[in-house]
Amino acid sequence: MTANPQLNRSGELTHLLSIEGLPAPILWQILDTARSFVNVGEREVKKVPLLRGKSVFNLFFEASTRTRTTFEIAAKRLSADVINLNIATSSQNKGERLLDTVDNLAAMNADMFVVRHAQSGAAHFIANHVAPNIHVINAGDGRHEHPTQGLLDVFTIRHYKHDFSSLRVAIVGDVLHSRVARSQIHALSILGCPEIRAIGPSTLLPRDIGALGVHVYHDMHAGLKDVDVVTMLRLQNERMQGPLLPSPQEFFKNYGLTPEKLAVARPDAIVLHPGPMNRGIEIDSSVADGKQSVILPQVTFGIAVRMAVMSIVAGN
Amino acid sequence: MKILIHGGRVIDPASELDRVEDLCIADGKVVALGSRPEGFRPEREINAAGMVVCPGLVDLAARLREPGYEHMATLESEMHAAVAGGVTSLACLPDTDPPLDEPGLVEMLKHRARQLNQARVYPLGALTQGLRGERLTEMTELTEAGCIAFTQADAPLVDTAVLMSALQYASTFGYRVWLRAQDHFLGRNGVAHDGQIATRLGLPGIPVAAETIAISTIVQLMREADARVHLCRLSSAAGVAMVREARAHGLNLTCDIGIHHLHLCEMDIGYYDSNCHLTPPLRAQRDREALSAALLDGTIDAVCSDHTPVDEDAKQLPFAESDAGATGLELLLPLALKWGEQSGIPLARSLARITSEPARILGIDAGTLAVGQAADLCLFDPARYWRVDAASLKSMGKNTPFFRWELRGRVCFTLVDGQVVYEL
Amino acid sequence: MTARIALPDAEALVRDLGRQIAPSVQPTTALIGIHTGGVWIAERLHRELGLDLALGTLDVSFYRDDFEQRGLRSQVRPSTIPFEVDGRDLILIDDVLYTGRTIRAAMNELFDYGRPASIRLAALIDRGGRELPIAAQFVGARIEVDANRNIELKRGEDGRLSLVLNEDTQAAGH
Repeated sequence: MTANPQLNRSGELTHLLSIEGLPAPILWQILDTARSFVNVGEREVKKVPLLRGKSVFNLFFEASTRTRTTFEIAAKRLSADVINLNIATSSQNKGERLLDTVDNLAAMNADMFVVRHAQSGAAHFIANHVAPNIHVINAGDGRHEHPTQGLLDVFTIRHYKHDFSSLRVAIVGDVLHSRVARSQIHALSILGCPEIRAIGPSTLLPRDIGALGVHVYHDMHAGLKDVDVVTMLRLQNERMQGPLLPSPQEFFKNYGLTPEKLAVARPDAIVLHPGPMNRGIEIDSSVADGKQSVILPQVTFGIAVRMAVMSIVAGN
Repeated sequence: MKILIHGGRVIDPASELDRVEDLCIADGKVVALGSRPEGFRPEREINAAGMVVCPGLVDLAARLREPGYEHMATLESEMHAAVAGGVTSLACLPDTDPPLDEPGLVEMLKHRARQLNQARVYPLGALTQGLRGERLTEMTELTEAGCIAFTQADAPLVDTAVLMSALQYASTFGYRVWLRAQDHFLGRNGVAHDGQIATRLGLPGIPVAAETIAISTIVQLMREADARVHLCRLSSAAGVAMVREARAHGLNLTCDIGIHHLHLCEMDIGYYDSNCHLTPPLRAQRDREALSAALLDGTIDAVCSDHTPVDEDAKQLPFAESDAGATGLELLLPLALKWGEQSGIPLARSLARITSEPARILGIDAGTLAVGQAADLCLFDPARYWRVDAASLKSMGKNTPFFRWELRGRVCFTLVDGQVVYEL
Repeated sequence: MTARIALPDAEALVRDLGRQIAPSVQPTTALIGIHTGGVWIAERLHRELGLDLALGTLDVSFYRDDFEQRGLRSQVRPSTIPFEVDGRDLILIDDVLYTGRTIRAAMNELFDYGRPASIRLAALIDRGGRELPIAAQFVGARIEVDANRNIELKRGEDGRLSLVLNEDTQAAGH
């Protein structure tokens, strides 16, 4: 249990399962490599031959067209063969089936699994099971982590802010159920960001979130004051009304990002959102489409970051 | 069969006996301690030099998995595991399929266990039919069939009116009720202690309040119903404090903890080790320390294995989807010894928590070692290390957080009714 | 072990390389330096030759043929080709020409930008040992070096270039 399951014996990244536990040099390597891939994406031919002949399996136990597509594009731009498998969890028998699926694909000489699963720890579980020549990338496990999203968030922040050492970052909304928030918090901490704030109602903030080194705010005006970066989290439909929140309208009133609330942040603050957005619930359209929004660049950078991660793990 | 056990260090926790003595057994009973009776001619002699000779262990909670879960474990395999762990009496839980809610099922179980002729099995009957928490079971019939107490195991009893009348009805006849303290609503989706590990790993949490609310409810209803209750598998410092207070107020409340909770805490989950997926969840370090202190001072009466064999298919899953529980019958002794050594207490005191104290809670005549008593004995080598692995465990369940650990304290002989039922 | 070889002065070689290249460049000729040493040389030549077109740089990490064995290098820099490649005369610049594999990778990368009219190669040092049919049109100096040695171009804090000879820790190289 003591060994970090993402690193091989030489301390190199062999799976990407979580941001937590990654040494800073590996994070910087991913970000630097991704910068080179951004340039590749702007070329006439957007492909490099690094993963030629490799088979990447997108193993999605939870449907997500958007995330799957970005991984697919990333793998194809690295010249890998991509096989998409959407395995609805409901059709999966408990027990052997998950490992059977994995074993079957491994027998087809898979080189890499990109795993999305509704259960926290699923990617760790699969990485523990596969042969050492197979690499596993976590594309979101339950409410645990979504490491490539966290990486593309910090890539975007670095692109606009250049340096983390004096940044204030606010993460707003449903932190409790958000794998995006966890990954971003860890990435920012490792890269030396001095102040990370989580803003939301107590029902949507995890207990002991202070253990992650985060300052908690319940009020948007106090929490957004003088921040350089605002990350809005997606609120899932099923949580908008019920025991956690009374209504999406009331959530928007308290925590929706409007131009007025954004005005208390630094004038050059940027706004991030992992998508897909709920306009009028967590973010006002005028902010989403406004000049401080970097939501679309996030998507572009996301492909470069995933290319960087895939090529680094495949080489180790 | 006349047996002479010579040269062993005989420990009886109840009488605080602890010295090297010979022990003579005849007709299933201990007939002499120390000097050999006139004309005693043993048919077998056991050289127990270097070994501890103590009462057979009494385990308050073991799942034998029959009927219904034979793919996980069988009565035969688990009864063998019990004696391999030095356990000579055990209480088995009613959460089988079907649950133990009918006298016929209990009689069948008792009958089969008797045929195996190993440890003594004391079934706990279901408190409500089908463990559904709605209708009471026929407790008198079940008692006559062999049930020694009634419990919901880990099944919820949401309706407090049912709980109150269950306590009233049981107390009318002097039946014991054993309850797990966990609020159904706060605990239903959780798989780990609602603390920093659950936050970091993104696992749904079970707050301590789930336990304290349930204890509070049970304590209030005990007063109303003038009942006595045994609380099973306490997990938190706050829970311990409530039990201590209730007992100070004179309530007839006893409690136990699972052996794993004495040694492990939430940190041990590591990177989603499903062997650490337990019920109740492993809590914070300070909770673990409070449980250990309370077991020392007697607030917690006994420690049990909470033996739950789970097969690979049900454990080899992402943490939250895996079945909770750990195999424990064979780890109870070494882990209790480890706790005693770490706490710096005499061997007799740590053995009391797995022999005489649980026997008192069960209300059975066991867990002690004296002339005239049934010779249910455990002979173990306290200095001998053994490795926990698939080959060394007799239980069909190989699921344990201590897998591949070296533990100290190895059972060498187990005797039930004066017969050697296990020999290393 | 070879006897110590007197390495030539890198600064003089760069000047010499510039003199060789000068007659064959047009204002529209593009220089492309290969990271890292090739870029330093290309920066010098670009200044000295007074070219209009911005300098191109290549990091061939994504095209190397030893990815299977070694994985991705930890310091990958972006390639920047700030001009149209189609139909253009290109001069690739590298510090040490050895096996030819780096140049193979560089040419593959360039073709993903477009179809150049021609590619010529300038190398500060040609140490022989080619494993591919590649030759440089412009060479500063030709030096024979044992396979277990490795010549490296260094740049001092004052910007001066110099050559050093190292024990090669990894067998293959340029």
